[in-house]
Amino acid sequence: MRQTNQRRHHSHQPSPQHRHYTLIVWALVGLLALPLLATLLYSLASRWGATMLPDGLTLRWYLELWGEPRFLAAFARSLLLCFAALALSLALILPLALVAHTRWPWLDKLMKLLMLLPFAVPPVVGSVGLLQLYAGGPLPLVGTPWILIACFFTLTVPFMYQAMATSLKAIPLRDLLDAAHLLGASTPQAFIQVILPNLRNGVLVALFLSFSFLFGEFVFANLLVGTRYETLQVYLNNMRNHSGHFTSALVISYFFAILLLTWMANRFSRSA
Amino acid sequence: MLSQPIALNTALRRQPRLRLARGSLGALLAVLPFFLMFGLFQLAPLAWVAVNSLLVDGQWSLGHFREALGSPFMRQALGNSLWVSALSSVLGLIIAALSSYALYRSSSRLRELVLAFASMTSNFSGVPLAFAFIILLGFNGSLSLLLRQWGLGDDFNLYSTQGLLLIYTYFQIPLGVLLLYPAFDALRDDWQEAAALLGASPWVFWRDIGLPVLWPAIAGTLLILLANAMGAYATAYALTSGNLNLLTIRIASLVAGDIYLEPQLASALAMLLVGMLVLTAVVNQCLLQRSRYAPD
Repeated sequence: MRQTNQRRHHSHQPSPQHRHYTLIVWALVGLLALPLLATLLYSLASRWGATMLPDGLTLRWYLELWGEPRFLAAFARSLLLCFAALALSLALILPLALVAHTRWPWLDKLMKLLMLLPFAVPPVVGSVGLLQLYAGGPLPLVGTPWILIACFFTLTVPFMYQAMATSLKAIPLRDLLDAAHLLGASTPQAFIQVILPNLRNGVLVALFLSFSFLFGEFVFANLLVGTRYETLQVYLNNMRNHSGHFTSALVISYFFAILLLTWMANRFSRSA
Repeated sequence: MLSQPIALNTALRRQPRLRLARGSLGALLAVLPFFLMFGLFQLAPLAWVAVNSLLVDGQWSLGHFREALGSPFMRQALGNSLWVSALSSVLGLIIAALSSYALYRSSSRLRELVLAFASMTSNFSGVPLAFAFIILLGFNGSLSLLLRQWGLGDDFNLYSTQGLLLIYTYFQIPLGVLLLYPAFDALRDDWQEAAALLGASPWVFWRDIGLPVLWPAIAGTLLILLANAMGAYATAYALTSGNLNLLTIRIASLVAGDIYLEPQLASALAMLLVGMLVLTAVVNQCLLQRSRYAPD
């Protein structure tokens, strides 16, 4: 697919028209990059008053940020929450996807329907019910990291299930399982040793994408837990009245984390 | 799907009932934890909201909906959410469509680079995005100061629906490009050449061939952008600490505000939002099914 596209597009001769299109593309890149570049420059500026360019450059704000215990703690909490939610998501959705593609095909149809739910029910709506159901009673989870792990899991369902379903449909699942059975493997053994290695890349891409998505989650984190278990996004919001240079350094540090994750996702999707 | 696995068939012949029962039990145990968690944290909250939006003092009633739609303040929130979402989606879609066509006509190296950049910026949303715009265009933003020096942009206020419209349009663009570009890839170069040979002007080509092919993707993208903007909360909240009157801001302030809480009224507003989002999802599904040119 990719190769045929490349061949087709390579046939375009550089023409005046071609240059116009390249110009539009670069205008798009410039437009998308503008807020980021301004933030980057602001985070490196020692002072930026009423001039076009800052007075001087410094790394002071980054040093201040990365020496701030509250920031480091929030960063660590966000990482921990994302890892926990992704581990949970993998542990719950993988068996589901395997059953849906080997034994109960109706489950796959049901999942296609359920996958639409997180889109129709944005976190703000979910929070209304969650705050009433889990503020007290038998499961007093509001204000604890546990409710965030559970909610983050629900957010990953569409990405993770879709990725697994696509990977499972791409391999000769029946033949692989039959061959494993003929060679004396039990069904769980066949899943772990034969099927899982075939899903590795597809699932890794979904994990990276889900991670960068969860890392930026603010609504659940702010409404359900807030400062009781402050995540990076909540911390960023609470720093609103702090120096703009400091918050810029925070935004840029966050963006570099996202950059790294999407770059890794891209690499894995290429080898998938 | 159609043929039973050979191994399972032979096993069934050997120990029919036992093997089947054990397998089904195993499958059930494998999917149960998922449905438990999904039920508790996705279905149950939605069910609570749906039921409580219709309960007034323990009686079934449409009172909360009447109260929500009767209040000018809530109607303003609903109106703001609708027009900011609709306008930002249309603007974002137009820019995304022009960019996607330009990308389709660009060299493959540039295209892959820009698509990777778009997928990165599509993750740049919520609180950090609001902050980046405050730094660029806020009261003392670098671009605001510059524009003011030139005597421009005096009447622009970032901390208003105007500013929100700008930021929403910004986050719709990379998303729109990522959703739309694959559809442009389905256009064949030779169609345009063939149409030109048969005497069609570029305008006629786009009216009779190009747009009909792209139309399901364009409509679907518009609906996804619309739903995305209507459900958004973080950007607007971070921009003004919740002082903008939007539907999502109203819902959140009724359950987690400082003054007094009305979770049932919040539920009614939430159900209005869910209703609109479900409607866009249903229309989108219909479009996908009707599309003769869908990828598969």
